[in-house]
Amino acid sequence: MKNKKQYWKGLEELNREPEFEQHAHSEFPEYLPVNLNKREGGNDSGTSRRDFLKMMGFGISAATLAACEAPVRKAIPYLNKPVEIDPGVANFYASSYINGGDYASVVVKTREGRPIKIEGNKESSITMGGTSAQQQASVLSLYDQQRYDAPRIAGKKAEWQQLDEEVLGALKRIAAEGGRLAVVSKTVLSPSMRAAVAAFQAKNFNTDHIIYDAVSVSAIPAANEKSFGRAVIPSYDFSKADVIVSFDADFMNNWISPVQFSAQYAKTRKLIDGNKEMSRHYQFESNLSLTGGNADYRSPIKPSEQGLAVAQLYNELARLAGEQSLAAKTNIEHVSRAAKDLWLARGKSLVVSGSNDVNVQILVNAINSMLDNYGRTINLDVPLKTRQGDDKAMAGFAAGLKSGKYAGVIFLGANPVYDYVKGADIAKGIKKTKLTVSTSDRRDETSELVNYVAPDHHFLEQWNDAEPVEGFFSLAQPTISPIFNTRQAGESLLAWAENNISYYDFVKSCWKKNLFPMQSSQLLFDSFWDESLYSGVFEPGKGKTSAGKAVFAGDVNEAASGIAKTYKTTGEYEVALYAGFAVGDGSQANNPFLQELPDPISKVTWDNYAAVSVEDAHKFGFSMKEENTNMVNVTISGKTYELPVVIQPGQAKGTVGIALGYGRRSGGKVAEKVGLDLYPAVGSLEGYQNLSVTKGVKVEPSEKSCRIARTQTHQTVMGRTNVVQEATLSEYQKDPFAGREFPHISGMDGTLSPTTVSLWKGHKYEDHHWGLAIDLTACNGCSSCVVSCNVENNIPAVGKEEVMKRREMTWLRIDRYYSSDGKAGDFEAMEQAAANPEVTFMPMMCQQCNNAPCETVCPVAATTHSTEGLNQMTYNRCIGTRYCANNCPYKVRRFNWFKYFDNNDSFPDNLSQNNELGKMVLNPDVTVRSRGVMEKCSFCVQRIQAGKLEARKDGRKMNDGDVDVACAASCSAGALVFGDMNNPESRISKMLKLKKSDNVNVKVEAKEPRAYHSLEEINVQPNVYYLTKIRNKDSKGSNA
Amino acid sequence: MLERQSMMLFKKLTARSSLLVVMMFGLFTVMATGIASAQDAASIPTDPAVVGAGKTLFDDNCAVCHKVHGQLLGPALKDLSKRRDVAWSKAFILNSQKVIQSGDADAVALYEEYGKLEMPAHDFSDDELNAILAYIKDESAKAPEVAQAEEAPAAEEAVQELAGIFDNKYMSIILAVNLLILVLILIVLGLTINVLTKYLNEKAELAEEDRELASQRFDFRAMLASKPVVFFVTLLFVTLVTKTVLDGLFSIGVQQGYAPTQPIAFSHEVHAGQYEIDCNYCHTGVTKSKNANIPSANICMNCHSTIKTDSEEVQKIFAAVENNQPIEWVRVHNLPDLAYFNHAQHVKVGGVECQTCHGEIQEMAVVKQHADLTMGWCVSCHRETKVNAEGNPYYDKLVEAHNKRSKEPLTVEDIGGLECSKCHY
Repeated sequence: MKNKKQYWKGLEELNREPEFEQHAHSEFPEYLPVNLNKREGGNDSGTSRRDFLKMMGFGISAATLAACEAPVRKAIPYLNKPVEIDPGVANFYASSYINGGDYASVVVKTREGRPIKIEGNKESSITMGGTSAQQQASVLSLYDQQRYDAPRIAGKKAEWQQLDEEVLGALKRIAAEGGRLAVVSKTVLSPSMRAAVAAFQAKNFNTDHIIYDAVSVSAIPAANEKSFGRAVIPSYDFSKADVIVSFDADFMNNWISPVQFSAQYAKTRKLIDGNKEMSRHYQFESNLSLTGGNADYRSPIKPSEQGLAVAQLYNELARLAGEQSLAAKTNIEHVSRAAKDLWLARGKSLVVSGSNDVNVQILVNAINSMLDNYGRTINLDVPLKTRQGDDKAMAGFAAGLKSGKYAGVIFLGANPVYDYVKGADIAKGIKKTKLTVSTSDRRDETSELVNYVAPDHHFLEQWNDAEPVEGFFSLAQPTISPIFNTRQAGESLLAWAENNISYYDFVKSCWKKNLFPMQSSQLLFDSFWDESLYSGVFEPGKGKTSAGKAVFAGDVNEAASGIAKTYKTTGEYEVALYAGFAVGDGSQANNPFLQELPDPISKVTWDNYAAVSVEDAHKFGFSMKEENTNMVNVTISGKTYELPVVIQPGQAKGTVGIALGYGRRSGGKVAEKVGLDLYPAVGSLEGYQNLSVTKGVKVEPSEKSCRIARTQTHQTVMGRTNVVQEATLSEYQKDPFAGREFPHISGMDGTLSPTTVSLWKGHKYEDHHWGLAIDLTACNGCSSCVVSCNVENNIPAVGKEEVMKRREMTWLRIDRYYSSDGKAGDFEAMEQAAANPEVTFMPMMCQQCNNAPCETVCPVAATTHSTEGLNQMTYNRCIGTRYCANNCPYKVRRFNWFKYFDNNDSFPDNLSQNNELGKMVLNPDVTVRSRGVMEKCSFCVQRIQAGKLEARKDGRKMNDGDVDVACAASCSAGALVFGDMNNPESRISKMLKLKKSDNVNVKVEAKEPRAYHSLEEINVQPNVYYLTKIRNKDSKGSNA
Repeated sequence: MLERQSMMLFKKLTARSSLLVVMMFGLFTVMATGIASAQDAASIPTDPAVVGAGKTLFDDNCAVCHKVHGQLLGPALKDLSKRRDVAWSKAFILNSQKVIQSGDADAVALYEEYGKLEMPAHDFSDDELNAILAYIKDESAKAPEVAQAEEAPAAEEAVQELAGIFDNKYMSIILAVNLLILVLILIVLGLTINVLTKYLNEKAELAEEDRELASQRFDFRAMLASKPVVFFVTLLFVTLVTKTVLDGLFSIGVQQGYAPTQPIAFSHEVHAGQYEIDCNYCHTGVTKSKNANIPSANICMNCHSTIKTDSEEVQKIFAAVENNQPIEWVRVHNLPDLAYFNHAQHVKVGGVECQTCHGEIQEMAVVKQHADLTMGWCVSCHRETKVNAEGNPYYDKLVEAHNKRSKEPLTVEDIGGLECSKCHY
């Protein structure tokens, strides 16, 4: 390719700022404080190197003396060993992750009866084996000390019996007085829970059931009611769409059913097995979201332009369809191109909008109807149930509670005091209400205020069921007996309806009554139950063809005039709020794995921040250098929030993006004191929640500056061009090698391929040769692999301070590169580049080089090569010289600067290693590394060994799929494929078209044109292959 | 010392040979009686397939309480077909209580003899019963061979031991003679020097230098202070200290011979040795898990609900079960956390005997750590051990590749058994 793209990780690199240039060359920032207490300067307070050596000397002799007396260790067997448990052997149970409306069918790995890992359940046709980062991390929240250990009455520990008596007494008094009751919950996925609420309502007939979502889409059913007479959220099928247009819907991250949509979307983005077509994706949004980062064409628009953009698309399409267009005049980039593409792909396209404005949604319905998408990519007959919130009912409840309308309220796992805009009103209302109950499983803003806390089980402890899509059911079974004295919320509700049935029996009876008759393959209920329990899902709706075409009957003109009224630019600045990437709506904020997970775009951890556009930053004179940044005062409806600035390329000019889900006031030591709570700033539009604040926004720079923990600029590519290799689809169709770079080195006889000259003798792999293929086109950056790796490999969360020192420990990182065609140095081009760059996500972990530079420099042979192609890291042999990390071209080695376990004083956030309960999550097959040793991705060697052993025990050859690494197993997009490259039948061999090489220096050769190694010119011959990133963009010059 | 050793050896040898004599006698008797009463059990099949099926059934159902040779919980079953009639045996196996209650004299006598221990009822088909009886009959006949096979290596071992002792005896004699010769040479040399000195001193026309040399006296102190001596003594000292320190350091964490007192005086000698209970019966994880598993109390209770219930030690198990308080055994074999060891790999896949690492566990009244469990010990075994590849297609590719390049058998080392991430991850 002639026109070289420039790749950059952050603005510092693009602008070639001196600090960045200086630090880019050193692996670590210049200061290396050994002493944790020496946070703020001052040399005399610290420990000198000499003192350190003295301590070391003493330490060694003390350790030697101490080691002479070996401690007595106990071996405590079961009293009565359960038949299915063999200590040392993992058991897997199908279950369901349910957190409000977030859902995934999962398989839980347990060891000695404790869940330690969550994998996706491939039996589910909804989530298709995918999981999100939050779902991966949720296993740690089971072992959270912040959970309630017993029921509470007025803040004091109590017995269940007493609680039930008092609650029942209060309910009876309220019934006698004719008072109203409210049950407030998030989306209820469980049909059994709905039945339990109904049972409660039958007993206490004066009960309202109010459902809300922290981030609501309740305008969609309202719009569908007006358009089709059906108040539902339809199911969307991205996998059938050739053209996808999204207006601010972050459907891969948090919009309605993200895991499902990611998996569907990935199907349209895979150019393997001879497929040469992929979908085209347009995104119109204010904040550069995860979904926007994957779009082929992305236009930054202000929140106040959203409705207009949809109207413009409608007009363009109406013109093409020969229908009457609306009165709207905007010219947003890429809209007309999107319209043309959509028109050509009628019936195979999909337009979605994340807006919670009924008028916008009506127009989107009209567009999809015009495009003939109903019955094809959208199905109203099979509604999605993952968002059931009703904004108007919730607003009514908040007002009612404040005015004293309710005599009693039960918060069913909901925390509206925090995550509802009128949380303060609800807090006031709670004080006025006679009976207030919360079933929250941990301390939160709401449960702190109520009289009675009836703590719920964690989802891994409970029997439950879910119906995320109509006709698709899923079971949840306990994988551990309750750790604390808790009770399933449904069971509590039934107890207060004076029905003392166990929830297990209740769920079973619901299934017997409602679901058993839906099938005919099993004659006995017990076998039906066992079968459903085994597979985790029951899908009577699968394969049903019900795609009756929906006839659009909405009023487009009314919607258009509504839009014209609403969408006007009034102020200079607008705020676009969004659910935080890692912590979501904030319910999982006490999870350090999530707090330390970098946002896939901004790469910020442990904070929420104000994302401002490059142009606005120039105007205000903001600058970000390393971890230092300015602060900004954002005033929304009279309330000022002081937030750190992140200069975000791709942020729409004149907008500020801020994440929700931070600033928890009560919710655990990890969650509290992180970021600011922006829920009170959430707006409303005609009674619906509105995350865009277009009026009354003031943005002023603050005098203060602060430090944020960004992993963005850690480890950089130093301007190398062949790390990411990419092409456009049309180029690829013409030449499958498009975008590939073939580096050459200069030798005596002219230029040579780097593989012809080698320093290394090479290795022989007679049996297995493990490899990993990563499809950059399919990877959407969701980071679920990062958390999966953390949990599988006992990786500590080091905390904000350490991340700022570039000491994050994750073995797998997602490198996010911005790219643009502009040349560096040319200010104007640079400005343009930074305004709306292309984004590439590149998972980067140890490349398991066949010619590993790290092995060559280790003075103690702590890192060596195996006969199966693995680059082994032996912790107990490592003496911590860090030569290997310095010599690693990929910068994937991590050094244990401190002892992160059993060190609660210094690393209180590392919950999985610093208390007895948290440690239960640790994988017993992986060593917890100590201070002073190097570590890195091991290709999940514990899983490889386990897989091999299983085959040997069975006395058979290994099959492809016997071993899967944690990252690949968690990927909903299927972007990572792991396998034995010596097995010609394996998925990876077929995907990469592996052949034995004639070159003695090369182990295998990938004949797949898209397959490449990162940094091929240094001939380290990694066992990790990348497949080029293909964008479905028109080639240059053929601009439509 | 030597006498005691040979005494012990003699005892061992006599003990073993008398055992041998007893065995031989047993063999003759069995053969004789076998011929005499062959026609009694004509209805029992002798087809090897049926005998094989019977073995499986026996191992699965009967072996917990019965042995063919020797008494376990129930009586020895040797020559059952000769002692009892086939129909009676079948009825007793199916439902012993029924036979006893019917007043059958033999059955009642047995019941009384074995402390009213009930044999549970079994749900066998007639074919299965025949198979079991066939196995018992078959096994009764070939028993002595097994015993003899065990005897042979023991005798061989004894011979070797003896040879070793003779070797040692010769060594010391040779050493003593050598020492004597050296002393004699020294005396002769001393005498020669003495004579020569005297002769020189008597000579008058000797140069000053030579006179000095001749009259030189042996100075012990000067010798001690001389550089070479000081050097060698220092070297010796440093070497010894270094070796002691290194040995000391290497023994840190090595607990070879560790035999802690356990909360219950469980004896492997009784269970595994005397009663020959299969290790697998209690250590259920040994073929499927990384842990062999210390048996849970319910496994103890399988037998001890009826056996030795009044023993003080068994009472402790009852107490544990009643109080719902698991038994806290002291762990004998402690590997460091950084080393991953898997029992199933070694026992099920590798076919390694328990005794290879745990020593003669069936002779231990108190379990003792037999091996030093150091990495050197692991590695040296991996270097020598041949891979149990036969009949396991997993290894086919490796064996094929190995056979191409070498004639030596395939060892664990050859398939990456010394690689770090075999055990460390």
